[in-house]
Amino acid sequence: MSPNKNDEVLVRIAEIEGSACVLRGDDVDTDRIIPARFMKVVTFDDMGRHAFEDARKAAKGKHPLDDPRYSGAEILVVGNNFGCGSSREHAPQALMRFGFKAFVGGSFAEIFAGNCTSLGLPCVTLPADALAKLMDAVELDPQQRVRIDLVARTIRSRAGVMPAGIPDGVRMQLTEGTWDATRVLLDAGDAIERTAATIPYF
Amino acid sequence: MTSNASPSGAPRSLFQKVWDAHRVRELPSGQTQLLIGTHLIHEVTSPQAFAMLRELGLPVRFPARTFATVDHIIPTDDQSRPLADDLAEAMMSELERNCRDYGIQFFGPETGAQGIVHVIGPELGLTQPGMTIACGDSHTSTHGAFGAIAFGIGTSQVRDVLASQCIAIAPLKVRRIEVTGKLAPGVYAKDVILAIIRRLGVNGGVGHAYEYAGPVIDAMSMEERMTVCNMSIEGGARCGYVNPDRTTVEYLRGRRYTPDDAGFEAKAKAWLALASDPGTVYDDVVRIDGSKIEPSITWGIHPGHNLGVSESIPTPNGVPDDERAGVEEALEYMDFAAGASIEGTPIDVAFIGSCTNGRISDLREAAKVAKTGHVKAGVRALVVPGSMAVREQAEKEGLHEIFRAAGFEWREPGCSMCLAMNPDKLKGREVCASSSNRNFKGRQGSPSGRTLLMSPAMVAAAAIAGKVVDVRKLS
Ligand code: SF4
Repeated sequence: MSPNKNDEVLVRIAEIEGSACVLRGDDVDTDRIIPARFMKVVTFDDMGRHAFEDARKAAKGKHPLDDPRYSGAEILVVGNNFGCGSSREHAPQALMRFGFKAFVGGSFAEIFAGNCTSLGLPCVTLPADALAKLMDAVELDPQQRVRIDLVARTIRSRAGVMPAGIPDGVRMQLTEGTWDATRVLLDAGDAIERTAATIPYF
Repeated sequence: MTSNASPSGAPRSLFQKVWDAHRVRELPSGQTQLLIGTHLIHEVTSPQAFAMLRELGLPVRFPARTFATVDHIIPTDDQSRPLADDLAEAMMSELERNCRDYGIQFFGPETGAQGIVHVIGPELGLTQPGMTIACGDSHTSTHGAFGAIAFGIGTSQVRDVLASQCIAIAPLKVRRIEVTGKLAPGVYAKDVILAIIRRLGVNGGVGHAYEYAGPVIDAMSMEERMTVCNMSIEGGARCGYVNPDRTTVEYLRGRRYTPDDAGFEAKAKAWLALASDPGTVYDDVVRIDGSKIEPSITWGIHPGHNLGVSESIPTPNGVPDDERAGVEEALEYMDFAAGASIEGTPIDVAFIGSCTNGRISDLREAAKVAKTGHVKAGVRALVVPGSMAVREQAEKEGLHEIFRAAGFEWREPGCSMCLAMNPDKLKGREVCASSSNRNFKGRQGSPSGRTLLMSPAMVAAAAIAGKVVDVRKLS
């Protein structure tokens, strides 16, 4: 792959603006985001339909993902340790295909956040008090625009402008369009073989 | 890995040594491009990765370093082809096709080596000290028991590894967890890791590799160490490991993918030298008194919701503010009374198996308990060996007869009811005593099913009593 060809397809993600949806609660695991029985497929195509399927059924239409006030939301606001559990990329795939383009939360499970980065979905964190304010503000006025600015590291909403957290490296990958790691890794060329040659078991 | 000394001569942890040896380069993002020595794949998280690879027109860079098996969707009653479930058959055929097209070794049932990916890697000797290992499955941390650095990865990263044999990953901190003292009878590796997660929390390990050490870990067999490392991910850690020692070396002797006699001793010496250097400075050190650990059991909806079998279920008022909502949600879902005793909780199903506790030593411990009685009427009890090799060994020892005589079903190997992607599922609100690793809502196949995690011996005891009992009281 030539560098020029690479440039053509770089997608830089610097800001996300849209309405938001609030999903309260901590430790929301990947089994809840996408129950395992929906993973019995060889593509991700159908994942969006099944996002939070069991939780939504149990809530009988009262789940935030079914709340008409949040329809069309592109930012999902969550609690702490969101996406814990399995490494299944089916989880962020389901949320992405449902329509979310970014996540704001107290904290994210590591593999989940890494999977999101691979898909170009920012996971941005807020301290507890700011997160509480943002959740309240969005619940009060779900139509408002929420804007995540990765360059300035801020989240702007009716609740004001809040400083938001995102690791430097992830921010760079997203804003510079290098979040699709395959291309970056292949750029190492034969340095890969050279490293492999120093490893006895290889 | 020409030398184990760091350039500066400073003592290094095993994690650092392995990381340094596999570093290809630093990336502008601050991540490291890390070479992956052994890549394991299974049918659920790999098909989309191969599809992406095809779309990009890329080959598999080192096909000889990727190994495949089928575990999640495979039925544990009748495994004959085509599989009865069309979707499962489609997934299995897709994996077979991908392995064929790209020249990847596939350990399917016809090879006699099929099993849960984290059971067969060590069994075949594919898992060795000093390796970097990746697999599209979070419990890849299991392989750390051998002093490998093993990461669970997402499907996009499976594609990365297929295409480049590398992942991009940020450096980790290393937390040493020393388990001191001696375990009491009836207390197992599963209880140790549950106690660690209870102490440090389900996200306490974020950004960390866990190094397990201390007399309790030193005294453990490789299978027990695998149980501990397996659940590192449930504590939020990116990986977990144990430094290689003689126990590690003896386990690996004579395995299919370990070197033959002549080369083995030299290899063993190199493996032992990988252990963290004396004087290594850790990011932090946590000590846990192993003598105080009781048989542990979960009462809630994540593995941190666990307690000793003699303790009572927490009350929302008795926990710190930030845990209250979680405890309330768990009590509501489980339909358990706050403050009630966990002992005596009736169960409907008992499941012995999974990559946490589906190995031969687990089955031996469970069989000892199974010998003492018969599964309570109305309880469905399943024993699912972690691999074909485990099943074969168990049958050689007659364990299957013990289980059957006691009213347990003896099944074919697979993940089975750990995540219920095959026909083994909970129904409705059933309560399952399970030797697996996750008690998330709906994990075992029924959206309202309930899971109590515990050691295999405790599961067997619960199956016989029809309720949660303290396995120590049986003897
Ligand atoms: S046994 Fe359970 S945890 Fe282990 S690999 Fe299979 S599904 Fe995952």
